[in-house]
This record gives sequence, structure tokens and C-alpha cells, in this order.
Amino acid sequence: MLELKNISFSVNTDGTEKEIIHNLSLTVEDKKFVVITGPNGGGKSSLAKLIAGVEKPTAGRIILDGKDITDLSITERAQEGIAFAFQQPVRFKGIQVITLLRIAAGKPLSVSEACNYLSEVGLCARDYIHREVNASLSGGELKRIEIATVMARHSRLTVFDEPEAGIDLWSFQNLIRIFEAMRVNIQDSSMIIISHQERILNIADEIAVLANGRIEQFGTREEMLPKLIGTSSAQDACSRLK
Amino acid sequence: MVKLDEIQKRLIREIADLHEVPAGAYNFRANSALAGRNTTANIDIISKEDGSGIDIHIKPGTVHESVHIPVVLSESGLKETVYNDFFVGEDSDVVIVAGCGIDNCGSQDSEHDGIHRFYVGKNAKVKYVEKHYGSGDGQGKRILNPVTEVYMEEGSSMEMEMVQIKGVDSTERTTIAELKKKASLVVRERLMTHGSQRALSVYKVLLQEEGSSADIVSRSIARDRSYQKLDACIVGNAPCKGHTECDSIIMDEGTILAVPSLEAHHVDASLVHEAAIGKIAGEQLVKLMTLGLTEKEAEEEIINGFLA
Repeated sequence: MLELKNISFSVNTDGTEKEIIHNLSLTVEDKKFVVITGPNGGGKSSLAKLIAGVEKPTAGRIILDGKDITDLSITERAQEGIAFAFQQPVRFKGIQVITLLRIAAGKPLSVSEACNYLSEVGLCARDYIHREVNASLSGGELKRIEIATVMARHSRLTVFDEPEAGIDLWSFQNLIRIFEAMRVNIQDSSMIIISHQERILNIADEIAVLANGRIEQFGTREEMLPKLIGTSSAQDACSRLK
Repeated sequence: MVKLDEIQKRLIREIADLHEVPAGAYNFRANSALAGRNTTANIDIISKEDGSGIDIHIKPGTVHESVHIPVVLSESGLKETVYNDFFVGEDSDVVIVAGCGIDNCGSQDSEHDGIHRFYVGKNAKVKYVEKHYGSGDGQGKRILNPVTEVYMEEGSSMEMEMVQIKGVDSTERTTIAELKKKASLVVRERLMTHGSQRALSVYKVLLQEEGSSADIVSRSIARDRSYQKLDACIVGNAPCKGHTECDSIIMDEGTILAVPSLEAHHVDASLVHEAAIGKIAGEQLVKLMTLGLTEKEAEEEIINGFLA
């Protein structure tokens, strides 16, 4: 279980402090698939980074399974069981897909084990396992590899920052299938997805609307979805084409 | 028979991935003297009469054979210049592994300057691997100044892998190649310098005849206060294709000078160069840290990948 208690976060732009998250509290229970939606610039990505430890809150505490992790580094949080899928996956010259999966798993992986993770994200493993994670991969391919590395971690809590960003519609359909499968196999872990895609909101247990640095609404999918359909917080897949 | 002590064996492992005497032809040189040699029906190795080096003759049509010519220096204060000439027969397909390991625990400099000349026959294929390695904590420097000259006949191809990752204090490497019709040269250089090391790497590749091609890619990392200069020049004198790439990671207080250059003397010479120097991106470190690595481990993974 993840508890965010009275979290505030400020950034320094041009010498002036600007608070972009204000006294935010949120609890994500075990086995829950929670989607955080809301307008752009509302603080969603910042919140994801605060949970992963990439950013540190200016006030408040972050508690994972009863342990205060607020002051832990990115590495320590990863070791405590937090996984983080970047909105813009990072490229590495020379590092192969299998190496990244091995690092993610934290143990030696056989080729067939590594292939299983790739198959789960719909990549033909044989073609990808020894590819470099460099600019030769498309946005959709990188995104799937990013998800495969996160899956290989078998984490207590996984945070996805806008998994749909930067991919084409065809890949998007496949991505939804991957998330539906992850939802079914959630077991003891929990997931936080930053997204305003209706298809992802559709498989959420709980939905939070983050706007202006505050959780403005929170509830079960059944409560929330009817309120959000048709707003910018629940876009259909084609909205980007309109 | 080859007799090597433990230090020499360790050096051999580093430079040639060899744990014992290899199959095929070889010539081991240890502390400026011959330590072992083997020839095969197709590959002959002969000492030059003036004692300045060896001639390696590979018969035409020799396929799937290899030649190893490792050199190790484990005494302090040695300085040597060695000429090795390779005559690769037509239509052959061979692997040549060279390399030099220096262990210097003393106070005097140790230096090995290997001059390798390759005469690659028509339609022959050569894979050449050269690794340089230094170890030992003496004050004496470990110096390597290799010169590689390649003369390629029609339709021949050569792939060169040049690696210098650790422990060489000073190096000045020069590679010169001349390619005839449809000959192709591929070079993959990997270089890492640390401490106050200096490394200069110069390439001059002449594409002399129609259909010749060269692809030279250097990846390097300069750590601590080390200095690197990479100077890769391709000259196109005919309809040909040339590509150079110098891609470097700079760390600490390192200095990198990348000087790729192209020279065309024919309207159908198609030449491209790329050069990039940058530090390890913060987001790369963050990504690997979110996978559970420490910052230090993340940095090592990025370096290992880059130099792989």
C-alpha cells in the first residue's frame, strides 16, 4: 500500500519558487489499478516522479507498506519495490534489450526468460533481444521495451507515466491489451497509471483527477467514469487526430 | 613450446582472450624474445633476417584459419619496435588476432611499437582484432605506438576491431589504408583513457578505385584528466563510399578533440562524417537507478554498453 501524506512540491523557475503540488494526500491500496487523470500541467508527471524518487517533495511524507520512504534515493526505492515507466523512454547506445531486462530483473536472465517478457508486450523476441536500445527503435517499440523492463521487476508498486504518449494508434490498441492483461495478473502488487485515455480509465479500479496540483476528485471507476466521459480527462483514442 | 609466467598469462588473457595455446598458427613474443611459434600447412611465420620482426604468409585459398601474434612485456624498461608483415593470399578468409599487454611494476618506461603491414590479396577476407592492455603500479609508463598499414587488392575486405580500454599511459596509433576496386574496410575502434593518459588515434584511408568503401567508427570515453585526439580522414579518389563516426563520452576533467575530415577528388565520391561528444545523460542514469542500480553501477553499465 502506498500512502502520500500532505505532499507539496515546488520547482524553481527563473529564480522564483512555484508550488505545483499542494498538500496532496492519496492512498493506493494493494491489488488496485489506479488511474490518475486530469489536464496537462496539473502536476501528474511530477507526482509520478515524486513517488519514484526522481524528485523530492518540499513537504509531506511518502509511506510504502508502512515504511517511510520519503528520504530514500531512487535506487533505494527501486530496491523497496517501486518500478517506474518513463513517459519518454530513454535510449542507450550500445546497451542491448536483454541487458536492460537483466538489470531490471536484478538477476541473470536466460534468453528464453527474457523472450517471455518481450512476448508479453507483443514483440517478437528473436528480433529484439539483441537489438540496441538506441535511436533505431521506433517510439512504439521503445515504449513496449520500457514496459517489458518494468514487468521484469515484479514490483510491489508500478508507476506508468502516460504510457500512451508518443505512440501511434496501432501501437495504442496493443498497449491497451497489455494493460488489460496486467490488470488481470495484478496479484499482490498495485499500479498507478498517469493517463487521460478513456480506454485505460475503463480498466481502472479507482480514478483520481489531479488538477492545479490537487486531487480534485477521487472514487471508483463506476462513480467517476460517467462524470469524466467527454471531458479532457477521458479522451478517446482518436482525440489526437481531431 | 610456449612458457609463460602468471603475469604473462594474465596479459595474454586480457589481450587475446586466450587461456592456453591457441589452435592454428601463432607467434608469441614475451619480453622482446620469441616465446613460442606454430605454423600450419597454409600459414607460415618467418623471422625477418635482420631480426626486426616477422613475415606471415597466408597461402591463397586458406579459409577458416587463424593467426595469433600476441606480445607481452612484463619487465620494466623495455623498448622495442617490431615490424610484422602479413601477406594474405587471394580468396583466403582468415582471422588475425594481435595485441600487446604491458605489465610495468618498475620505474622505467616500457614501450612496444608494433608496425603491422597487411597486403590483402584479391577477394581475400580478413578479420583483424587488436587489443591493448596495461597493468602494474610502477612509476614507469606503459607506452604503445602501433602503426597499421593496409593495402587492399580488388574485391578484398577487412574488418578491424581495435580495442584499448585500460592501463596504457600513452598511445599514438596510426592507421593507413589504401583500397582498390570494390575493396571494403570496416573499422571499429574502442578507446577508454583514464588518469592522466594521452591517446592519439589517426586514420588516413584512401579510396583509390571504383566501388571501394570504408566505414570507420570510433567510440571513446575520456575519464579523469585524460586526453584524446581522434583524427579520422577519408580520401575519395574514385566513385566510392566513405563514412567516419567519432562518438565520445566525456567525464570528469577529460579532454577530447575529434577531427574527422573528408577529402573528395571525384564527383562520385560519397563521403560522410559524424562526430559527437557528450557526457552521460542524466536521464540514462535515472532510468537505470529506477531499475535498482546505484549511480556508480548505472555509470558502469552505460560505459560497458557504449564500449561493447
